[in-house]
Amino acid sequence: MSSLRSLSTFLHRRPRLALGLLLLPPVLWLGVVYLGSLGALLLQSFFHLDGFTGQVVRRLGLATYRDLLAPAHLDIARRTVAMAALVTLTAILLAFPLAYYAARYASPRARALLTLAVVMPLWSSYLVRVYFWKLILAREGILAWAFARLGLSGVLEGLLALPGIGGPSLSVSPIGTYLAFVYVWLPYMILPIQAALERIPPSLLEASADLGARPGATFRRVVLPLALPGVAAGSIFTFSLTLGDFVVPGALGDSSLYIGQAVLAYQGTAGNVPLAAAFTVIPMAVMALYLWGAKRLGAFDAL
Amino acid sequence: MPSEATRPRDRPRAPLALELAVGAVLVFLHAPFAVILLYCFTTEDASFRFPPPGLTLDWFAVAWGREDVWAALGLSLRVAAAATVLALVLGTLAAAAVHRSRFFGREALSLLLVLPIALPGIVSGIALRSALGLLEVPFSPLTIVIGHTTFCVVVVYNNVLARLRRTARSQVEASMDLGAAGPETFRFVVLPHLATALLAGGMLAFALSFDEIIVTTFTSGQQETLPIWIFNQLTRPRQRPVTNVVAVFVVLATSLPVLLAHRLTREDAGR
Amino acid sequence: MTPIPGPASGGGNGPPAVRLVGVSRTFGEVRALDGVSLEIRDGEFFSLLGPSGSGKTTCLRLVAGFDRPTAGTIELHGVSAAGLPPYDRDVNTVFQDYALFPHMSVAENVAYGLRVRKVPRDERARRVREALDLVRLPGVGDRRPAALSGGQRQRVALARALVNHPRVLLLDEPLGALDLKLRQEMQVELKALQRRVGITFVHVTHDQEEALAMSDRLAVFRDGRVEQVGSPAEVYEEPASAFVADFVGTSNFLAGEAAAALTGSPAPITVRPEKLRLLEAGASLPGDSCGGPGTVSDVVYLGVLTRYRVEMDAGAALAVVEQNRDTTSAEALSARGRRVLVAWPRVHGRPLREGP
Repeated sequence: MSSLRSLSTFLHRRPRLALGLLLLPPVLWLGVVYLGSLGALLLQSFFHLDGFTGQVVRRLGLATYRDLLAPAHLDIARRTVAMAALVTLTAILLAFPLAYYAARYASPRARALLTLAVVMPLWSSYLVRVYFWKLILAREGILAWAFARLGLSGVLEGLLALPGIGGPSLSVSPIGTYLAFVYVWLPYMILPIQAALERIPPSLLEASADLGARPGATFRRVVLPLALPGVAAGSIFTFSLTLGDFVVPGALGDSSLYIGQAVLAYQGTAGNVPLAAAFTVIPMAVMALYLWGAKRLGAFDAL
Repeated sequence: MPSEATRPRDRPRAPLALELAVGAVLVFLHAPFAVILLYCFTTEDASFRFPPPGLTLDWFAVAWGREDVWAALGLSLRVAAAATVLALVLGTLAAAAVHRSRFFGREALSLLLVLPIALPGIVSGIALRSALGLLEVPFSPLTIVIGHTTFCVVVVYNNVLARLRRTARSQVEASMDLGAAGPETFRFVVLPHLATALLAGGMLAFALSFDEIIVTTFTSGQQETLPIWIFNQLTRPRQRPVTNVVAVFVVLATSLPVLLAHRLTREDAGR
Repeated sequence: MTPIPGPASGGGNGPPAVRLVGVSRTFGEVRALDGVSLEIRDGEFFSLLGPSGSGKTTCLRLVAGFDRPTAGTIELHGVSAAGLPPYDRDVNTVFQDYALFPHMSVAENVAYGLRVRKVPRDERARRVREALDLVRLPGVGDRRPAALSGGQRQRVALARALVNHPRVLLLDEPLGALDLKLRQEMQVELKALQRRVGITFVHVTHDQEEALAMSDRLAVFRDGRVEQVGSPAEVYEEPASAFVADFVGTSNFLAGEAAAALTGSPAPITVRPEKLRLLEAGASLPGDSCGGPGTVSDVVYLGVLTRYRVEMDAGAALAVVEQNRDTTSAEALSARGRRVLVAWPRVHGRPLREGP
């Protein structure tokens, strides 16, 4: 035990050495393993796949990126980004009422319960929650049954007939994909918005009313701007998560591919790791841009 | 906001429309689980017809007898346990370092510790896969653990750092002042302060790992964790209710630790 | 209980308990301590007094070992403390926030230092009991710190430090969190405790009244430097600078024309308000006194005494404090606006080296 003590004193006198020892394992892990593999990935995107031999040619070049710009691939990118934007917007619309209620009207006890009600699905298995929708949206599933009972089957058929977003069944269509995306990411949007709203002191709203603003104006001019960082923070999650996902489109989508699926497909049996790597650069680039913009809006204060 | 809770002011009633909206969103979030729970009992094999043609308890027994379910469950548990332990050690070390001193690269380290969660899972997944490929490491439970640890560290780090920030510096100084060197101070004073944060972080990390699908897809070969098993079942209509039973079980298994973790760190959230 | 063996307060033979020579501590651009030299004698009650940011707490932390000086040396009982971590110094600290370990009972808290040094269980229990008796908190051993009041927690912190029989006890603004009555009681108790136990107490405070009441000697800090070291009487009656005169108690400052008109010389002087007297407007100055006519501009009645502010004809404003021995509140308050003669014995005007 005394040798441990003298070691302790030795380190006490050399705070930088002690710090270095503390940092070494996590930095080794994250720095080398994680950053290293990210670097390797980026590097791979500059290699290309030789069409004839099917082997990856380890020479730097932009061939793969040129391949990325093919119309079919651009379609994939466009489709994914559009879905991400749509999901984000919907999530904001659905999240705001709940966040606002929890922050402004709920008693502390109710607020804790509401937060719990939002957090629980968040952690209770994302994959399973996607699976829920596969069953709910099925042709003879509960949603179709509900539509039928309400006499709205015609509306459902009409929706499914729409090109581009419809499909043979809700559970195999972009609409279904969209619904599932909103469902799984919604808590990620609610929590930051709620945090941002909770941080608004009630005296600000009182001051606004005192100065003559009606509730609508107060909401527009005081609440919304102050909630914006929370919205930005939440949208970072929903955007980023949608951009890279292959599970939801895989489970509920039709044959149109999303970036996540393209990556999975290309690096798998197709063996075209460079192209898969290049595809991942898209979400990274989009997110970098988004993060930069969000930082300007002060989103990181809300995290 | 503590003052708001203690001030005896009348809380305004929310407009009815708002309350209805809140109710609707809550139903949207939770109804699906109820539906699946119902489907665990349906007699129909493909199990999505509503209303269910009949009710039975058979599927629970069938699920119990499935070898592949048990294998997947076992692997998930082992991986989650290993990743959690590693994450606890690495995350605590990093949090201690970041908390104790300002050093060159501190900001960079904090950013590094957010990346595994901030970057889309697919990026992490394929990055790890290509690194493993380059190093010619074969896929195995170990590679899955490596992938999981990388993001589990983040969760533990955040929890421990938040707790460290809440601990007065004078606690450590008092211990040293009274004659305890580093190891004893850690054991008698710091660890008790960290205990619930470590527990919460560990449970969250466990739940994260147990549930993870995206990175796992890339870092596993033939191995099937439970989420991978479910994923493979998604496109197979055979014996759906078994999948339902497993799904319900997974929800319960991951919700409970998270619930506990939430209670343990309630004070940290500033209630 | 047997007192800890040690020399009587106020002095002793042998090396000083604490000795700082040319100690500096800089944090980047900020010089928290600048070339401080101090000697604290064995067995005395020594206070480090100064406003916030003056370096007194930094000084304490250097003695305790939580920080290292950027220059200079620190000696504890003649032995250099360089490189000694806090757990190897024969010094214990009572922290400002008490720093009691919340997950341990009071008894476990107090026993902590003994336990770390592997004192056997029976002796530990005995010494914990003695320490708690010493701070007049018998029987709280089983409670948790959270269940105690602020005053009780402070005593537990004291007990926890004293049970280790350190040669020097450091106290970092120990009474800051207590209310006035309790603070005054504790001042008396701490002083009595120190006498009984006989070890060196080094006490940091910004409250000059506290420092005056408790210390054998004190050091006045300002901006990282020591302005004056001396007994309370010395520091109060013979302030070395305008800063000390104004920080320890309040003081009036006179210079230039006003000083010349009132004292006969333009040299800057400082006079304590309680040394000034208010006389009838037309009266003549008593023998060997300074002073002059003025008008009372403000009266603050404080029960025990009254504070007057007098605008002197000679151009300065003087603060006068008089005990309300024969004056009622009505009489005091009616003085506002009255013409008076302010006078003080010449000897109470102390010369200054610099202006305020």
